[in-house]
Amino acid sequence: MTVVFEKHVLGDSVLDKTRPEHPLVAGAPEGPDASGSGVLTTGGTADIRGRRRGSILLRRPGVIIALAVVAFVVISAIAPGLFATYDPTATVPADRLQAPSLTHWFGTDDLGRDLYSRVVHGATLTIAATSLAIGIALIAGLALGVVAGFVGGAADAVIMRVVDVFLAIPGLLLALAIVTALGFGTIPVAVAVGIGIVPGFARTTRAEVLRVKTLPYIEAARSGGASWGRILFTHVLPNSWGPVAVLAVLDFGAAILAVAALSFLGFGAAPPAAEWGTLISNGRNFLITAPWVSLVPGLFVALVVLSLNHLAKSLEEVQR
Amino acid sequence: MSGSAARERGDSPAPIIDIRGLAVDYAHDGRVSHALRGIDLTVARGERLAIVGESGSGKSTAALALLGLLPHTGRIVAGSARVSGIELNGASERIARRIRGRVVGLVPQDPTVSLNPTQRVGHQVGEAVRLRGVARPAVDAAVVEALTQAGIDDPVARARQYPHELSGGLRQRVLIAIALAGDPDVIVADEPTSALDVTVQRRILDHLDSLVRERGIALVIITHDLGVAADRADRVVVLQDGRVVEAGKALDVLAAPSHPYTQRLVAAAPGLTRIAPPREPDASTPVVVRWEGVVKDFALPRGAATDTLRAVDDVTLEARAGRTLAIVGESGSGKTTLLRIALGLEKPSAGRVVFDGVDITSLGWRAARPLRRRFQLVQQNPFASLDPRFSIARSIAEPLVSFGIGSRQTRRARVAELLDLVALPAGTGARRPAELSGGQRQRAAIARALAIEPELLYLDEPVSALDVSVQDQVLRLLARLQADLGVGFVLVSHDLGVVAQVAHEVAVVRHGRVLEQGPAGRVLNEPAHEYTRTLLDAVPGRSLREAAA
Repeated sequence: MTVVFEKHVLGDSVLDKTRPEHPLVAGAPEGPDASGSGVLTTGGTADIRGRRRGSILLRRPGVIIALAVVAFVVISAIAPGLFATYDPTATVPADRLQAPSLTHWFGTDDLGRDLYSRVVHGATLTIAATSLAIGIALIAGLALGVVAGFVGGAADAVIMRVVDVFLAIPGLLLALAIVTALGFGTIPVAVAVGIGIVPGFARTTRAEVLRVKTLPYIEAARSGGASWGRILFTHVLPNSWGPVAVLAVLDFGAAILAVAALSFLGFGAAPPAAEWGTLISNGRNFLITAPWVSLVPGLFVALVVLSLNHLAKSLEEVQR
Repeated sequence: MSGSAARERGDSPAPIIDIRGLAVDYAHDGRVSHALRGIDLTVARGERLAIVGESGSGKSTAALALLGLLPHTGRIVAGSARVSGIELNGASERIARRIRGRVVGLVPQDPTVSLNPTQRVGHQVGEAVRLRGVARPAVDAAVVEALTQAGIDDPVARARQYPHELSGGLRQRVLIAIALAGDPDVIVADEPTSALDVTVQRRILDHLDSLVRERGIALVIITHDLGVAADRADRVVVLQDGRVVEAGKALDVLAAPSHPYTQRLVAAAPGLTRIAPPREPDASTPVVVRWEGVVKDFALPRGAATDTLRAVDDVTLEARAGRTLAIVGESGSGKTTLLRIALGLEKPSAGRVVFDGVDITSLGWRAARPLRRRFQLVQQNPFASLDPRFSIARSIAEPLVSFGIGSRQTRRARVAELLDLVALPAGTGARRPAELSGGQRQRAAIARALAIEPELLYLDEPVSALDVSVQDQVLRLLARLQADLGVGFVLVSHDLGVVAQVAHEVAVVRHGRVLEQGPAGRVLNEPAHEYTRTLLDAVPGRSLREAAA
């Protein structure tokens, strides 16, 4: 019988869930290197796991395409000049309402402006608004969720009841109400959308905080003399923000839609600046004669949102 | 050595289970790991076989293969597994399903999660009965019959209850009833009692024994507890890394093991061959901590028979500097509550805990902080007691940081010193908990507790989540630390074998009351209270101890 020294990691962990998988450090007398062999054989699995998570993600073609789309949008938001082929505001009446072609990739609108360049430039406003909205939701949601979950008691009851009320109102309706109160423009739209998604973040954060709060290492830190603040910032927050991060990616897509919807309704930036929603809305009058004016920017928004959803889903799968 | 089991039983009638050269691989993320590397074993009707081994030895994989329940990542790569003459290697799901329940019944490991919490117990047993082909009108009678056979009193009432209304022991009996409901020829019990108290464990195992005797079915016990194997099996098969290293009559193998691995396992098992404290109490030292008439009531939800549950009932105990007080009891005895009160994590309803002359139960969290430096806690589950995001070094240094002791450099030096003290290699500090084995994590947790040089460590079941050989190492480490550092221990445990290995003094608690306390030698050798005797008798491995005596 040949003896093969291979480490099997999985072993009978299927039924042995409560028990660790670990090498047999059997019976070695207690001494300086009693467990040395264990370190050597199991060492580095988590490191590898961390690195492998990344490579697993990058091996999926869907993830690569989604990443490419998102990267394209982010770069064009920061430096639209890199990708834009024309001046987004330059009107060329002779070239009005041209179908997509090699010279005008997305076609032109009723003033002869290049739609592709307008979409690229529109990314700046839309992404800025969406980032602001997610930033507001993330900060406010995290703060509310952490306070509710960590402090508990009356604070928890009050915060969560308010959150429940907000959850009961459809997000877009809430955003419409807020933007009507705040006035028109990119920033009011961002704030309105941001407030609309705070409740979801608060709920997720609270659930995670409640879960982590009861884990033994929190008790260990407490009996090790750590203050509540230290426990919150070094143990609870870092261990509870994973699902919140996935939610942030997912909601980024939803927020793009909400921002586009509000600007479609005319609450967004004033012309000639163009948000994606405005671009779609501009084509409404030519839907029969020149459908691409609405359709192509609309499809582009859909592609970006789909990519973000796919990324969020993949991230969640890997996290598990 | 493979094949010896089969040869040994060559004279017997056709075995009900016949495994030859079985090899199982798991494929995971493109890597293949070998769980079983060609094992042979047979089980005849009416025979009790124990498969022993540590985590990762492949013993549960063997059980899953017998039931055709390997996860989709697992694959039989060689050999054959015949159950009642039906080959399982390459068998379709339809064939495997014919075996499950009808021929082989499984008693799963953890009774707390193995029952569906939303269905009544009777319904879950009934499912297994119906699969046997019993007509609907007869199902209820068959359910009651199965529950009775599993040793459940008042089966008619129990069948209407939900799993959460039953104790762990009763739930385990329900699982046995489900396994019996299919009227199987073999029962495979995967660690059937590792989640139960010793006295409950004993009753369950007694019952399985009688089932084997009365019904002539075969029993396969998969266990890491050599005492259970010795007491309850006719034959034992020792697995290491997916290979059979030793097989034979249970008492022969475990009383006189021939393979070095089995010898190490037997030597490491606490209380397997004898239950007697290794050391006599030394000269008495000052009392460090004293529980004085401590009472703790927990409020029960409205609608319960009484308003409160008395978890701790007028307990007076003391622990001395540099020595070990062991608090022994079964689940629900209040032993962990005593620790939590002493740590200031719970407030007692009455009484007080005095640490070095100061009543810590009356102090606020902030006022108790200076005292807190002098005692620390080591928790039960090393898999959850370290923050998964912290490196080991950062975890160990955490109490130093919390108390603002030292600078970055001195703390780093202290961590290196502590790693050395608990016999972890210096490189461990940079690793994360997930990279370490259970024993290594528990060492790290002990190092963390020792970081601020406490006088007293509270140990809450410090080895119950570890394999026997690792348990032994950790217990030796604790004994050495006590000898070197003079640190006192208050150990909470349900395992008398563990207690006997380290304790100077023992207090036996039940229902929140101290039944007996005194020097370990007296309590364990000449127990005064009947309950202590019951506990001692229930420790598995009795047959081996009797054989050795």
